[in-house]
Amino acid sequence: MTAGTAPTPQIPATPVEANERLMTAISRNIRQFGMLIALVVIVAFFQYTTGGVMLKPQNVTNVFLQNGYIIAMALGMLLVIVAGHIDLSVGSVAAFTGAIAAVLMVNYSMDPIIGVAAALILGGLIGAWQGFWVAYMRIPAFIVTLSGMLLFRGLTLYLLNGQPVGPFPSTFRDIASGFIPELIGTVKDPFGPDELKLTTILLAAILCVALVFMDLSARREQLKYGFEVSHFGQFVAKNAVTVLGIMYLAYRLAGFNGLPEVLVLVGALIGVYMFVTVQTVIGRRIYAVGGNVKAAMLSGVKTKRMVFLVFVNMGVLSAVGGLIAAARFNSATPKAGEGFELDVIAATFVGGASAYGGIGTVAGAVIGALVLGILNIGMGLMGIGIDYQFAIKALVLLLAVFVDVRGKSRD
Amino acid sequence: MSEVLLEMRGITKTFPGVKALADVSLSVRRAEIHALVGENGAGKSTLMKVLSGVYPHGSYEGQILFNGQEAKFPDIHASEQLGIVIIHQELALVPQLSITENIFLGNEQGKHGLVNWGAAHARARDLLKIVGLNDSTDTPVGRLGVGKQQMVEIAKALSKEVVLLILDEPTAALNETDSQKLLGLLREFKAKGISSVLISHKIKEVESIADTITVIRDGRVVETLDASAGGVNEDRIIRGMVGRDLTHRFPSRTSQIGEVVFDVKHWNIAHPVFTDRLVIKDVSLNVRKGEVVGIAGLMGAGRTEFAMSLFGRSWGHFVSGKAYRNGVETDLSSIPKAVNAGLAYVTEDRKTYGLVLINDVKRNITLANLEGVSSHSVISEPREIRVANDYRDQLNIKCSSVKQIAVNLSGGNQQKLVLAKWLFANPDVLILDEPTRGIDVGAKFEIYTIINRLVAEGKAVIFISSELPEILGISDRIYVMASGQIAAEMPVAEASQETIMKAIMRLGRAGDEGIVA
Repeated sequence: MTAGTAPTPQIPATPVEANERLMTAISRNIRQFGMLIALVVIVAFFQYTTGGVMLKPQNVTNVFLQNGYIIAMALGMLLVIVAGHIDLSVGSVAAFTGAIAAVLMVNYSMDPIIGVAAALILGGLIGAWQGFWVAYMRIPAFIVTLSGMLLFRGLTLYLLNGQPVGPFPSTFRDIASGFIPELIGTVKDPFGPDELKLTTILLAAILCVALVFMDLSARREQLKYGFEVSHFGQFVAKNAVTVLGIMYLAYRLAGFNGLPEVLVLVGALIGVYMFVTVQTVIGRRIYAVGGNVKAAMLSGVKTKRMVFLVFVNMGVLSAVGGLIAAARFNSATPKAGEGFELDVIAATFVGGASAYGGIGTVAGAVIGALVLGILNIGMGLMGIGIDYQFAIKALVLLLAVFVDVRGKSRD
Repeated sequence: MSEVLLEMRGITKTFPGVKALADVSLSVRRAEIHALVGENGAGKSTLMKVLSGVYPHGSYEGQILFNGQEAKFPDIHASEQLGIVIIHQELALVPQLSITENIFLGNEQGKHGLVNWGAAHARARDLLKIVGLNDSTDTPVGRLGVGKQQMVEIAKALSKEVVLLILDEPTAALNETDSQKLLGLLREFKAKGISSVLISHKIKEVESIADTITVIRDGRVVETLDASAGGVNEDRIIRGMVGRDLTHRFPSRTSQIGEVVFDVKHWNIAHPVFTDRLVIKDVSLNVRKGEVVGIAGLMGAGRTEFAMSLFGRSWGHFVSGKAYRNGVETDLSSIPKAVNAGLAYVTEDRKTYGLVLINDVKRNITLANLEGVSSHSVISEPREIRVANDYRDQLNIKCSSVKQIAVNLSGGNQQKLVLAKWLFANPDVLILDEPTRGIDVGAKFEIYTIINRLVAEGKAVIFISSELPEILGISDRIYVMASGQIAAEMPVAEASQETIMKAIMRLGRAGDEGIVA
């Protein structure tokens, strides 16, 4: 994750001026960083209430193993919601695509690569089917995907004959539960009892160097053209916190089994979608469609095609989620993916996406998914019953969106 | 009972930066039909909104006396209590609900939260009889034609025991027969002692029906004419409406007019829903390199519909017509095709159709030409900022930075932002639809200056405006549009406010079908 952090105070030239600058920087970034701060607070809360169990290496690893598919699907949902629509069918689509892969791999003993490819293609086709109705036939997405939710659940039951299909070859299982091989060796954790996997630490360090380098060169380019940039102290602080965050995470993961494969996959997806949403023409057009579809259309944006593509993308990412989930549970079941849509949609909204479209970030959606995932694990560790867990998550969703809407109306 | 029903004294209403009404006085007698005429934006509707409580007491200066007593309406309900009912230009009916349900919407017939449908339908039937409709009272309003819908609105007004009926352009959307029916109804009401205030652009109509005519111009009452005394005719009214000195100044321009670059022939467009109803009828128009062509006309004349139908068929149902660029027939059937053909349409409704308000200035500027700031579909932020800064300086868009959100800009700056978006797309033919609506005089001057610069660079501009002085001040050649047709074409040297108004009226009098905006 490359999300930054709240700017910290610099050594002020004049206290008043620095304060003002800090205040504007904070208010400008509060939407972006508010959730990150909330995430840190939640982690700290559970760390305290569980007596330090929350941040044990195994639990940190579990956060990613348990939420990989939610994060992957939240990336697609973010674009759907930014474009001004919704997709209720993602859980059923995940189940159906996972089931296809399972049947091909188990019943027909096909290579996992074929199973995975078939699931991804099927996901794309399903997305095209729903996108066709939403974009070109102008049926509200709520209706189309509600129908899809039932349709693909039914097809899953039909395909699996009501029975779970599994187990899977280990190469497939590793998507969800494997770890990268250790190439360097281990060293004793100086602060704890664990053996640290050095490859994980090294990869994290490379990632950090790359991120800092990219941020630095972007800043240099802006300076070269004489554009305003953030204060250098703020820049350093932001990068320092990013590096510290990543390295701490790597340190914890290295203390268990090292870097999970699913985190590599999801991390790569996050990087790609950050790039697409921020830097590309198509990303920009999706935001414009969600922000004001009429203005976008009159500016020459092919608005229907954008909406169609967003749904195709959602279908493919639902398949990614379905594959990870199937691999994680080592079987495709008729009930797989039930309730995913709620977690995925909640993650996106908690992460600051606007229900009216046009607003939302990849980083926000990822943080939203992590907030919900950590709530699950933390409450589980505290021994809170599932009944309370639902209620607490419900209130967190409502509170997050309320704070967001209030913040916006104050602008 | 005195003879005067309503007296408005010294009404002044200011909006931020604009004085919409300045010391306006109006007096309406009992059982009289009082017409209120003036150009678009003169302040007629604002005055009626003050009267009906849409703008509550305290938001304006001045005094309203109704039946001799001072009235301080906090909202519309208070004015309706006294029998003042306003029928807005856009009908306020719910198409899915029945006639009865619409008539008693918010005023349901019954007790204890239960509706007595028998009584409601019976009363609705009586009201329909008065307005001359014999449709079943449970017909959904959406199934009625516009003329009948207008009658339902009036029946609704009658259900509130109306004393003073205000009608804002009631016949704008009606054909001749329906208009006559409606005017006849007003005469009947008059006989029963109900007064009407009629806002209308159809001067002929005003001349035939009004007892008194008040002319408003630039938020002031110019004159009040006693029509019953005789001597008031169409020419007299028009002179009152438009006879001002030019209040705006226009930057001078030496036109360098070249070849025809854009030519539209026999353009016919039907209503998007009622595809058998032609809205744009056989319009032919051309514009030359370096030329500003004005399209004059009143609201609802079909100018916006025409412009949008040209721009990638973004309005209406295409029937027939051809478009030529530099003499070559061009396909304008989608917006990307129209953009590629070098067309740009700068909308009259910048908030709904022009800008993504939640996006920042730079994103709005580059939206129509993202290719211009990207390579291989990857946007370069430095390039984008440079482009945005460039246009901000060129057009003098006042914003704290190009990263400011568009919603926070003033109207004039938003307008310049829409213009900047299209200038960056580098079109050859710009259609500007009411580009100066609702912006202050200084910003208007800046827009005119930009237009002059564009034509000096060899671009062609089609300029749509309802303000006649503006059309006369900026155009090289003028088309007059009315009822979806070209009523006249004239070089600016031969044009005056009177000739334009007369062209509009001439077509209006021909008794053609009214158009539906």
